[in-house]
Amino acid sequence: MNWNWSVILDSLPQLVEGTWLTLELVGLALLLGGILSIPLALMRVSHSLVLRNTALVYTFFFRGTPLLVQLFLFYYGLAQFDAVRESILWPYLREAYWCALIVFTLNTGAYTAEILRGAIQAVPRGEIEAAQAIGMSRSLLLRRITLPLAYRIALPAYSNEIILMLKGSALASTITLLDLTGMARTIIARTYMPVEIFFAAGCIYLLLTFLFVQGYRLLERQMMRHQNIEAK
Amino acid sequence: MKRLLLVFITLMLASGHTLADKIRMGTEGAYPPFNMIDKSGQVAGFDVDIGKALCARMNAECKFVTQDWDGIIPGLLAGKYDTIIASLSITEERQKAVDFSDHYYSNSLRLIARKGATIDPRKLKDKSVGAQRATIAADHAAKIEGASVKLYDTQENAYLDLASGRIDVLITDMLPGFSWLQSKQGDGYEFIGETIDIGDKIGIAVRKGDNELRERLNKALAEILADGTYQKINARYFPFSIY
Amino acid sequence: MFDLQGFGDQLLLGVWMTLRVAAGGLLLGLILGLIGALLKLSRSRIAYGIGATYTTLIRGLPELLVVLIIYFGSAGLLTRAAGFFGYDGYIELSPLAAGITALGIAFGAYATEVFRGAIQAIPRGQIEAALACGMNGFQIFFRVTLPQAWRVAIPGLGNLFQVLLKDTSLISVVGLEEIMRKSQIAISNTREPFTFYFVAALIYLTITIIVMIGQRQAERWASRGLERPNP
Repeated sequence: MNWNWSVILDSLPQLVEGTWLTLELVGLALLLGGILSIPLALMRVSHSLVLRNTALVYTFFFRGTPLLVQLFLFYYGLAQFDAVRESILWPYLREAYWCALIVFTLNTGAYTAEILRGAIQAVPRGEIEAAQAIGMSRSLLLRRITLPLAYRIALPAYSNEIILMLKGSALASTITLLDLTGMARTIIARTYMPVEIFFAAGCIYLLLTFLFVQGYRLLERQMMRHQNIEAK
Repeated sequence: MKRLLLVFITLMLASGHTLADKIRMGTEGAYPPFNMIDKSGQVAGFDVDIGKALCARMNAECKFVTQDWDGIIPGLLAGKYDTIIASLSITEERQKAVDFSDHYYSNSLRLIARKGATIDPRKLKDKSVGAQRATIAADHAAKIEGASVKLYDTQENAYLDLASGRIDVLITDMLPGFSWLQSKQGDGYEFIGETIDIGDKIGIAVRKGDNELRERLNKALAEILADGTYQKINARYFPFSIY
Repeated sequence: MFDLQGFGDQLLLGVWMTLRVAAGGLLLGLILGLIGALLKLSRSRIAYGIGATYTTLIRGLPELLVVLIIYFGSAGLLTRAAGFFGYDGYIELSPLAAGITALGIAFGAYATEVFRGAIQAIPRGQIEAALACGMNGFQIFFRVTLPQAWRVAIPGLGNLFQVLLKDTSLISVVGLEEIMRKSQIAISNTREPFTFYFVAALIYLTITIIVMIGQRQAERWASRGLERPNP
């Protein structure tokens, strides 16, 4: 097995270009998905049966099916219908970038909503009762007590979700997007050297994960500093 | 006794029967009408028929192995199969990695666009152009100035996006394109522009240095061309000769 | 409701293939997970290093990439390894074997952490008591630790298995004829991507529900004889 370093060096610029797209997709999806997850999580714990079950169906669908199926369904499946192609959404749905972003957002939104829900339900009842006892309104209670505490509880689990999203983004390559994995596959198609190129792409993913984990550790330390617990 | 032995040996040699050896043929299975998978899960198509005919000629037992297009050459190099018979064009680039048999059909490239879309094939700047990754069509697309190129894992996905309007133009091999235009989904689309004739020949790939297999394939190929088998298979798929 | 145009049989074959890959991956993953956990719990720095490298490496790579690397890289690696031992042919990993290997390795990396936590949850007192009775390391592990660790590990492992099932869809990318691949074959003949991908989604959902029920049953069974579990 002759290892070919030069092909890796030659491909680096393109791989880096792909990495930017990966980061962009992951970052935006996490942001939008995070925003989406709040109302979703609240629906999941709401007293209303309708709201609860609607959210349940949504999260069940996105967590129970593979991301690949969701992507293909959205990208290729929807395009089958004339109604979609003639709608005002088409200029967006037409683009693989937007399709990927929408699907990633919906997907991470579902997972994050579940994490948040678990965290909300884990907030110590004592705190909530105390707040109610002093007459806090429901929205104030939510904003000042429940959510901040829930987020602290959710921090470790959420870091997993971020990494999973980073890894899931590799699937964007299956709908023509040239993210890191897409670039790698395109280069391999030209050079016939899969092992070297995948090795390079793998290293970049590991680097990204490592940087992220370090950064997250700092964040946890910052947010938990009042508890004097060393984040592991 | 001696005479009997002589006759026996002669018969053996004359019939050409040695132990039937096994040849594994790699193909994609996603490139109608050349190689595809039918309802029963079997590989079928022009490439497959030619492969089977060649094997019959070579007295070999053939097994077809499907492989994703991206990995079709790496698969051969790694030993997953012994030949590639998947409408693989003979190019200089590829000849650095593999050896080819004589060609078994000829190809050219064509552009497909929606009927009435009035796209000038010479002015593709700012248009989105699609092709299957790792094909000569993709190489050609990459050379178009200013066009936004989209690469697909399979030809099928490229057709889907052409049909939905995500790409304005699809560059594809002429023959499968011709087949697609005849189909229901291809209704409403047409070839635009000239045939891009790059003298493209399609061959069977073998590992570099596997000369014995290559010669056997060439010999069998010459035989089926001479005795009409090739023409019969050709006629099954196209009303004109594609050699 | 959905006209599968005759491809229903093919899809069922795809489901069967998916289940086979998942079962194989689960088996391999459980073994690797146990080994990994033992490595990471070991006092030897080398052993810990190997275990930590394994989990960090695999958990940091996209599963898609792991599948692609194992599929493309394995043949070369195995052939060379075999050549080392004097075998002159080639060895290939079929998409099925490559899929099971890739998914098993991925599952094992995460299962390592689940097992590690489960093993550490066994009260030390029990281990000490076993030692006092004169049990050796192996006996302690197989008679005391493991049976109890299973119970703690089931929820985590169940979740990982659900992820494994969904990840089987990735192997379609290297040609394995599981659900996704069969759907694509059907689509290339019928030109109805929405129908088939939606049906595929429903199939996965059904499998997920079955696994979830199975997981709950397994949790209940493993906790038999203990305090009533929280409903």
